[in-house]
Amino acid sequence: MEVLLFAVSAVLSLAGGLGVVAARQPVHSALSLLVVLGALAILYLTLAAEFLAVLQVIVYAGAIVVLFLFVIMLLHARTPESRPSPVGAQAAVAVPLGLALWVGLSSAVLQLPAPVPRVPDGFGSTEAVGRELFGTFLLPFEVASLLLVVGIVAAVVLGSSPSSYDRRGREP
Amino acid sequence: MTVPAGAYLVLSAALFTLGTVGVLVRRTALVLFMSIELMLNAVNLAFVTLARVHGNLDGQLAAFFVLVVAAVEVVVGLSILVHIFRTRDTVDVDEVDLLRG
Repeated sequence: MEVLLFAVSAVLSLAGGLGVVAARQPVHSALSLLVVLGALAILYLTLAAEFLAVLQVIVYAGAIVVLFLFVIMLLHARTPESRPSPVGAQAAVAVPLGLALWVGLSSAVLQLPAPVPRVPDGFGSTEAVGRELFGTFLLPFEVASLLLVVGIVAAVVLGSSPSSYDRRGREP
Repeated sequence: MTVPAGAYLVLSAALFTLGTVGVLVRRTALVLFMSIELMLNAVNLAFVTLARVHGNLDGQLAAFFVLVVAAVEVVVGLSILVHIFRTRDTVDVDEVDLLRG
């Protein structure tokens, strides 16, 4: 069962990743990214990370991809896919380099200690992760909340209309 | 776990590589962002796999913080992108070269 789930999710995520990189339309890239994120959520479930799987669907698929789609609709209504890209030579170098990177990473990663065969009940549940989060990782958690506030403020400032931005930030 | 941890990690390496190639090859800033998301997700998969291998929740917590940082990064990055589009009328990274020496 786990093997089947892994195989399906792995194929889906690789196909989605290829779609993100190769799709001509940014909308197709965003939808491929959605496939990758869904497949990874399934993999998280098989890896006993229930909380992260749910978070993955809510935060990534629910918020980040929607944000991407929103910006694509905002920007690309007027700019369809531009002229053919002149990066052919760059791609010819990038693909072999990427393959080399993959081989290098994989060979580094294959020499692993044998896994713990069983994890205790409730490993990766909301309660277990929450206890760690508000215990050992309390300070990073608070710093993360500060980071989120900074992000909100930055989005508000950058998103305000250009005229008001000019008045505050630049010479007329 | 019947699937060896190495299989998850090789998949994670493949996704990371796809993201890297995407950053190198594409020129639309939006797709560059998506490739970076792909790389972040690949690293998250490695974190979660190793958390399972060691039976220790720290890896999952690291993945959680990566998630938070990725959310902030996307929000700020996309609003900068919208700003660039307003002033330059393009999101092609090759066209936005004002800082080139």
